[in-house]
Amino acid sequence: MEALINMALLTLLAVVTVGIARQRNLFGAIILAGIYSFLMASLLVVLDAVDVAMTEASVGAGVSTVFLLAALHLARSMEQKPHHSPVLPMVVAVGVGAALFWGTVGLAPFGTPDNVIHKHVAPKYLADSLKETMVPNVVTSTLADYRGYDTLGETTVIFTAGVGVMLLLKGRRRRKAEAQSAKARSEAAQ
Amino acid sequence: MQIPAAIQRIAEHYNYVVTIFLMVAGLYIVIARGNMIKKLIGLSLFQTSVYLLYISPGKIIGGTAPILDPAFKVYSNPLPHVLILTAIVVGVATLALGLALVARIQEAYGTIEEDELFGQEGDQ
Amino acid sequence: MKRDLILRVIAKLTLPFMLLFALYVQFHGELGPGGGFQAGVIAAGMVILHALIFGIREAKRIAPQALVERLVPLGVLIYAGTGIVGLLTGVNFLDYSRLGPDSPHGHEYGIFAVEVGVLVTVSSTMIAIFYAFVERGR
Repeated sequence: MEALINMALLTLLAVVTVGIARQRNLFGAIILAGIYSFLMASLLVVLDAVDVAMTEASVGAGVSTVFLLAALHLARSMEQKPHHSPVLPMVVAVGVGAALFWGTVGLAPFGTPDNVIHKHVAPKYLADSLKETMVPNVVTSTLADYRGYDTLGETTVIFTAGVGVMLLLKGRRRRKAEAQSAKARSEAAQ
Repeated sequence: MQIPAAIQRIAEHYNYVVTIFLMVAGLYIVIARGNMIKKLIGLSLFQTSVYLLYISPGKIIGGTAPILDPAFKVYSNPLPHVLILTAIVVGVATLALGLALVARIQEAYGTIEEDELFGQEGDQ
Repeated sequence: MKRDLILRVIAKLTLPFMLLFALYVQFHGELGPGGGFQAGVIAAGMVILHALIFGIREAKRIAPQALVERLVPLGVLIYAGTGIVGLLTGVNFLDYSRLGPDSPHGHEYGIFAVEVGVLVTVSSTMIAIFYAFVERGR
């Protein structure tokens, strides 16, 4: 039953992706990207990744859609028809896809418990988390305690992105005419 | 009996097949489309397909979410969840920075289409 | 959008619950799914919804821009500060063993503190980026 829901959600994801690629109206493409994020969040719940699903739903479908719409309001364009033929990008994409597919043929079938990745540190984290940290959510205890350095780096990345956006976008928007007249004045002064 | 075995292989690996399709579709959007906002959407599609690629092997059929509880014995692997949590938030940070750059490009050049930008660069 | 009756009423009803839910997700992140990132984004979503329905000036009354911009580095400081408290108590950086009466309690308090740091940075960064985009377009 789970496998059926899994396959149905994956197929819907593929269909929405094709829709995003073909949609030229940018507003429609952004809404489709929001739908894609919600489907991805549902799929992550089916794959038992509940923390990740909550993050993907709130970040991907919430905040990401808001930022894209805000940028669309600032840029206000619609995608033009492509001038170059899509043959070469399609060949490159299909080539990369074939190489990746050949690489994943050797992977273990989906869902087996004796996969190699279940044998290293993960059993130790699952066994010791309650004893050492008194926190039942193993993802939180790994994120904040066992792998705390990575989370410090991630918080710094978010801080850097906020500072970067504030540096780029603070200050009044210069209209194109103002910018051109300022350029003409500086050229005349030289 | 070759064909049913191949179909069974594909059914077991269906997660990976769709992951690769999403990755390739995102890559195609980044390469082939000229509009910058479309490219950023394609980039975020590419990133979400990588999340699937990491989390799919961690799932154990018959297991449950990695929140310890006396009623359950088998848990899915928590380590990919931790890495992908970081990746999602870093992805939205880069998206925000990219969109700020797009807004500034629109103000400076008047367009966010790649072909028109290259044309203007050629004139200058 | 503030002239539309349905949007106004539903937004006024939903906003306090969004904030409550963000705090719930933050504090129950140790017992169930959740944690600092999800809570931060939901709290930022509350301010963004307020701005969408009632206007950016109303949103800046409940989350002033100067306050939000000062909160952005505060979260990173809280996180790094918890690590330095580890150094001050005689163990490694980001080692929470000595923060409480015994090692498991110390780890629990340390995890709680760093999650608060993450909540503060993520929520204020999302709100600050939203304000930056909106202010540019006026």
